[in-house]
Amino acid sequence: MTRMAATRDGYGEALLELASNEKVVVLEADLGKSTKSLHFRKKYPERTISCGIGEQNMFLVGAGLASCGYIPFASTFAIFTERGFEQMRNGIARPNLAVHICGSHGGTHTGTDGSSAQSIEDLAIYRTLPNVTVLHPCDDVSTKILTKQLVETNGPSYTRTARNKSPVLYDGREEEIHIGKGVVHRQGVDAAIIACGILVSEALKAAEILENDGIHVTVIDMHTIKPLDEELVLSVAKECGRIVTAEDHSVIGGLGGAVAEFLIENHPVPMKRIGVQDRFGESGEADEMLDLLGLSSPHIAKAVRDLMN
Amino acid sequence: MMKVSELEEIARKCRIRIVNMVYNAQAGHPGGSLSEIDLLVGLYGSTLNVDSSNPKWDDRDRFVLSKGHASPGMYAILAEFGFIKETDLSSYRVLGGICQGHVDSKWCPGVDFSAGSLGMGLSFAMGCAVAARLDGSNRQSYVMLGDGEIQEGSVWEAAMAAVHHELGNLNVILDWNGIQNDDFCEEQMRMFDIPAKWEAFGWNVKVIDGHNMNEILEGLNFLKQSNERPNILIAKTVKGKGVSFMENNPSFHGAAPNDEQYALAMTELGVEQ
Repeated sequence: MTRMAATRDGYGEALLELASNEKVVVLEADLGKSTKSLHFRKKYPERTISCGIGEQNMFLVGAGLASCGYIPFASTFAIFTERGFEQMRNGIARPNLAVHICGSHGGTHTGTDGSSAQSIEDLAIYRTLPNVTVLHPCDDVSTKILTKQLVETNGPSYTRTARNKSPVLYDGREEEIHIGKGVVHRQGVDAAIIACGILVSEALKAAEILENDGIHVTVIDMHTIKPLDEELVLSVAKECGRIVTAEDHSVIGGLGGAVAEFLIENHPVPMKRIGVQDRFGESGEADEMLDLLGLSSPHIAKAVRDLMN
Repeated sequence: MMKVSELEEIARKCRIRIVNMVYNAQAGHPGGSLSEIDLLVGLYGSTLNVDSSNPKWDDRDRFVLSKGHASPGMYAILAEFGFIKETDLSSYRVLGGICQGHVDSKWCPGVDFSAGSLGMGLSFAMGCAVAARLDGSNRQSYVMLGDGEIQEGSVWEAAMAAVHHELGNLNVILDWNGIQNDDFCEEQMRMFDIPAKWEAFGWNVKVIDGHNMNEILEGLNFLKQSNERPNILIAKTVKGKGVSFMENNPSFHGAAPNDEQYALAMTELGVEQ
């Protein structure tokens, strides 16, 4: 039985393990219980700064702390990070201050709160900013490891985590996870599915469906949207000749956009992008949203078949 | 400690630098630079604990020019106090120059915060104040805000948070010149009783004449009071102060003087021609 867990729990665990570094501080905007920074707050209240419901201020308090040698981790819902975008751009990315933003409850998978809470453009907007590392891990183990690795990057970052549980893929495989390096989960010659976040496990399910039809696909967890693992994208484009990207995010500007932008200039191949088709979500359970918006495994499998024909 | 007359003379020299920069670039923001300059001279000349030979010294006081477009004032000060060279001032708004249009910590020594978007500096300075407390240091965090700038909502997020966190080491100087980009603040967005607003948020408040050096020095002493509330010096100023045709004139928020106006400004600032 596959273990199920939420990526936000991996974030909370990472903060606790990072606490031995006395420069690590945590910033909250009234959602620590949800983003899971509360565990850090309980243990290290003197290094936790409540910013109330004020995300714009929180981001720049982080910038001030970073400019004085601290390593701030600030979290709120992915959608609420977006109101601090200009602060992120001008106050964090431009001076290249190592403030780490975590947006939890990202994507339509967050479910019944409805479209107002379903950030489907966060990866795209943060990806446009110079200096910013953009992560969207698929399970709690990789979230924990990637969050801990962020401290070594010495630059700002945005990490999207998810509210709901998903299959854990990396128990015992921790050493395969590195910022900027995609992970190959299975190899096939007919097409490559490059996925991130919640859709990595959907991509693996799609690969099983396709295998039954005699179609062999590569599946990659591209947990780092930026910097994109261009070497890996190029090699699978050459080996497989067909690419499907899959993300719980708008098809505009996210992982699909990043892969397409790279391939069009380097090794164009037939491609399909699984993602939200330029619309908003609505209230529904997580799995219902993936079906409604064409993100679940049958849709990914169909995209591969379409490319084969 | 410099005498008041010495500080006033430095302010006159800084005004000349400001007008020169904007005239040479034929762009920039003279009005708010001239309104803030006496306050900046007082701060750097009497209070701010910084070291121009080691501008990144960890335990320095921090100064954040939140109204980052008023950069000529900042560059004039940085040249006066030896952070940059007098010749650097000619790089204002010039490709590759350290004097970027808006103050930028990546480009210019002595600049702690890369400003330009209004309403951001107080939050950043608050982060510096929290860091000082975590470090167990008595260093202070100073931030210059414009009055138009405090129309930005995020300023009040920070104003509330700084009181919640009892940051007595956080000090605002408000350049209350009454003019913003398009027009007088009274026309654009009436703010009513500005000191009462800060008092209501829980700040220690003092109102001064921002062009009277004696009052400025008294006000800076007021900021040094150590209690658990952040402090704000609300300085009544005149936009464009020191150049007659720029004074209280919204047109010179962001415009350069022509040749004739430049000559007049220099005469008024005591430059022999």
